[in-house]
Amino acid sequence: MTKHRILIVEDSPTMRQLLAFALKRLKDVEIVEAQDGMDGLRKVTSDDFDLALIDINMPVMDGLKLVSLIRGEDSIADMPIVVVTTEGASEDRERALALGANEYLTKPIQANKVLSVAKSLLKVG
Amino acid sequence: MSKERGGVFGRGEEFLKLFSRGAEFTKEILAENERLRSRLTRVETAQTSAAQDPNDWEKLREELIGRIETLEVERDGVLERLREVEGENQHFAERYVEIEEENNALANLYVASFQLHSTLDLPEVLKIILEIVINLIGAEVFAVYVVDEKTNRLEAVASEGQPLGAFPAVPTGSGVIGTCVASGDTWCGDARGSDDLNTPIACIPLRIEDQSIGAISIYSLLQQKERFTPLDHELFTLLAGHAATAIFSSRLYAHSERKLSTIQGFIDLLTK
Repeated sequence: MTKHRILIVEDSPTMRQLLAFALKRLKDVEIVEAQDGMDGLRKVTSDDFDLALIDINMPVMDGLKLVSLIRGEDSIADMPIVVVTTEGASEDRERALALGANEYLTKPIQANKVLSVAKSLLKVG
Repeated sequence: MSKERGGVFGRGEEFLKLFSRGAEFTKEILAENERLRSRLTRVETAQTSAAQDPNDWEKLREELIGRIETLEVERDGVLERLREVEGENQHFAERYVEIEEENNALANLYVASFQLHSTLDLPEVLKIILEIVINLIGAEVFAVYVVDEKTNRLEAVASEGQPLGAFPAVPTGSGVIGTCVASGDTWCGDARGSDDLNTPIACIPLRIEDQSIGAISIYSLLQQKERFTPLDHELFTLLAGHAATAIFSSRLYAHSERKLSTIQGFIDLLTK
């Protein structure tokens, strides 16, 4: 069975742990964590991932910048991206989706919601 | 914790297996019903072609009536069983949802507890409390207050949504926050939000045994969060105890570090 590699880009250790906790319920999954946008960019360009969960408000480089950089890089442009954020306004959602995010989840998150979005984007049952 | 999590996942798996078995049983019942219908049709066809004289006709008719009655009894039994299985399925589906919610709650509580006790550095502990209140509860404007033992007033030591200086110091026992700290009871009001920093929508006293060492006061929730949930109340309870212990321990640790440094200085002075 193929192992799914998921990148979590989030500055809050609490959120990283909670997201990893939820995603580990998927079978054959490897979670890699990045603590800001720049760290996320380094990891996503140097390794293969099947899915990325990206926070918006982060130090060094924000999540929306990272989303647009990923979508502009041919080799990783197709990678599914889920934006996870405290920003609940509809214009924030539209902006993230326009930049290329596949899904937009607002905090506080529900572990089962994260899991179902990840399953759908990874196309696993 | 991992055993509990494993247990909950295990139970979830068991319920999923039960649903699958229920679905298979329903399919079998429907197939059996279809088979019986088909058989009845065949018998009716045979009856039409076989009944040549009145005696044969009467005999065949009685046989068929008897057979129909038997099939009707069987069908009623099957339908009754189908209703039972549907009821069981419904019950298991409801239990599955409940267990999923419990699982989510446990994951949140585990992560909050784990993070709170992951450091003895006070600024880091306060940062973790802010993260928990933002990310797990969904608060937009809030402050962490700590009792100043010299003045017996509550001073804001960390905040989100407003600068720290905007949160007024509060005498213990006075106002919503002070009363909450003095009584030791969590206070939860209207979740619509408050612009008055003396009147939070929720106040969680931070307690070690019977002593309150501070409070978390929440003034508004994130736009997408309409109200407090049962999980929030569980997180309030956890924060009341664990955040207090984490703050107390980190202050104690910092104090002992300072003392150690002073004693070491004296020893160095005496021995050199």
